[in-house]
Amino acid sequence: MEGLIHQIISGIATGGIYASVSLALVMIYQATHHINFAQGEMATFSTYITLTFINLGMPYWAAFFLAVAVSFCIGVTIERILIRPMANAPILSAVGVFVGLLLIINSLSGWFFDYTIKQFPSPFPDEALFGGYISGHQLGSTGVTLAVLTAVYLFFRHTSLGLAMRAAALNPVSARLVGVRVGWMLALGWGLAAAIGSVAGCMVAPVVFLDPNMMAGILLYSFAGALLGGIDSPLGAVLGGFAVGVIENLGGAYIVGTELKLTLALVIIVSVLTVRPSGLLGRTVQSRV
Amino acid sequence: MPALLEAKGLHAAYGETKVLHGIDFSVEEGGVTALLGANGAGKTTTLRAICGMVRTQGELLLGGEAIGGMATEDIVRRGVAHVPDGRGTFMELTVEENMRLGAYIRRDREVEADFDRMFGYFPRLKERFRQQSGTLSGGEQQMLAITRALLLRPRLLLLDEPSFGLAPLIVKEIFNIMRRIRDEEKVSILLVEQNASIALAFAEDAYLLETGRIVVSGKAADISKDESIRRSYLGY
Repeated sequence: MEGLIHQIISGIATGGIYASVSLALVMIYQATHHINFAQGEMATFSTYITLTFINLGMPYWAAFFLAVAVSFCIGVTIERILIRPMANAPILSAVGVFVGLLLIINSLSGWFFDYTIKQFPSPFPDEALFGGYISGHQLGSTGVTLAVLTAVYLFFRHTSLGLAMRAAALNPVSARLVGVRVGWMLALGWGLAAAIGSVAGCMVAPVVFLDPNMMAGILLYSFAGALLGGIDSPLGAVLGGFAVGVIENLGGAYIVGTELKLTLALVIIVSVLTVRPSGLLGRTVQSRV
Repeated sequence: MPALLEAKGLHAAYGETKVLHGIDFSVEEGGVTALLGANGAGKTTTLRAICGMVRTQGELLLGGEAIGGMATEDIVRRGVAHVPDGRGTFMELTVEENMRLGAYIRRDREVEADFDRMFGYFPRLKERFRQQSGTLSGGEQQMLAITRALLLRPRLLLLDEPSFGLAPLIVKEIFNIMRRIRDEEKVSILLVEQNASIALAFAEDAYLLETGRIVVSGKAADISKDESIRRSYLGY
């Protein structure tokens, strides 16, 4: 029983990472109807940026926030330069660009920061808390993840810019007609997604260690989470991300063993796509004519 | 006084398909101008051309400033509000969010007061304020679309077939309110309609469009009295 509770708690902690990346995927999906396959590699690159700042002697949180800001700018730049010209391209060309972006950023990470596996510091205390159920890092990273998710929620619900970004994603033609600069809203969306990825990368790196392929598996779990919750529902994606974290941990501990954990993500993806393609909280728009 | 909007030799095309073949028209300050014609005459395209939503050639002047070739957002920010065909409602958002988007470009503090003024015209929107707008009836969505456009505080309001798909009683209600809006708001209106009799009763000036060319123009009152025009173009 103790083991089970422990597995669930650490499942929630990793689930928080998946939830953030799922949210980043959904944000870009809603705006462009494409899955950003490079989301994970962007997050890895951001984590390297954070590590570089730390190695330069910056305090952890200064490096963390500076890297978030830099990642935001990188996200905006990628949208402006690479994604925007693809706005009306056929779907396969767009997929090609996303895969290319994945390979390019992955190689850049290796080129700039080399391929050796690196340790990444955690800003949280190392000891186990609450009678050994949860580590300091797990508690801290879950807290950070929840803070990010709450901030994103408040931004989209309660600010005029957040509303404009939703409008641009839902109905670009109408958004232009109320004066929203739709192109910039998409770029901002990319920036936000990159910033969220940066946080997720820094929170997961102390656990899995930093190398250029760090996010490959995490992206798969997050994609499973996004699909499970509904690829066009931000709330669904977040819940799906947490659910996948718990499923992964329990499945790994009691059913398939750690070697086959990643298979669970694929099983979830295939099951959702065959049984309920819109996901648990997928969009159901009621409309009367 | 110069016209608020002036088009000279306006051409518009979707790719290779030309829809407008050099039309001239103007919208007077503070007036209502109607653009009539059958399906496919180019009425909706004319409104899209004004908003920079299709490729155009020729001259388009808003208060003397050339707006041809500008991005839609920039034309909107110069005070042109467009109620498009299909109404352009953000179905997934609430009535409130739709209204906030209408006032998105404004930085003044009178938005809340304007909400109340809009509820004066359309009390039903107040009842539905927190509701998802996809659940509104067709008439209510048209009211929401007009409200969203007015919240921009536009100089020029473009209305594309506000009567489309609505029951005659609702159409009458909406046009009665439009009369109040015309008298109380400082806005000039360019109205596109297939329902010629309603439009001519509402407008001061009118243009009749046929396959991308203007065939008749004049005072709305004169056109509605001219039996030959009515028979050959307006069909009533």
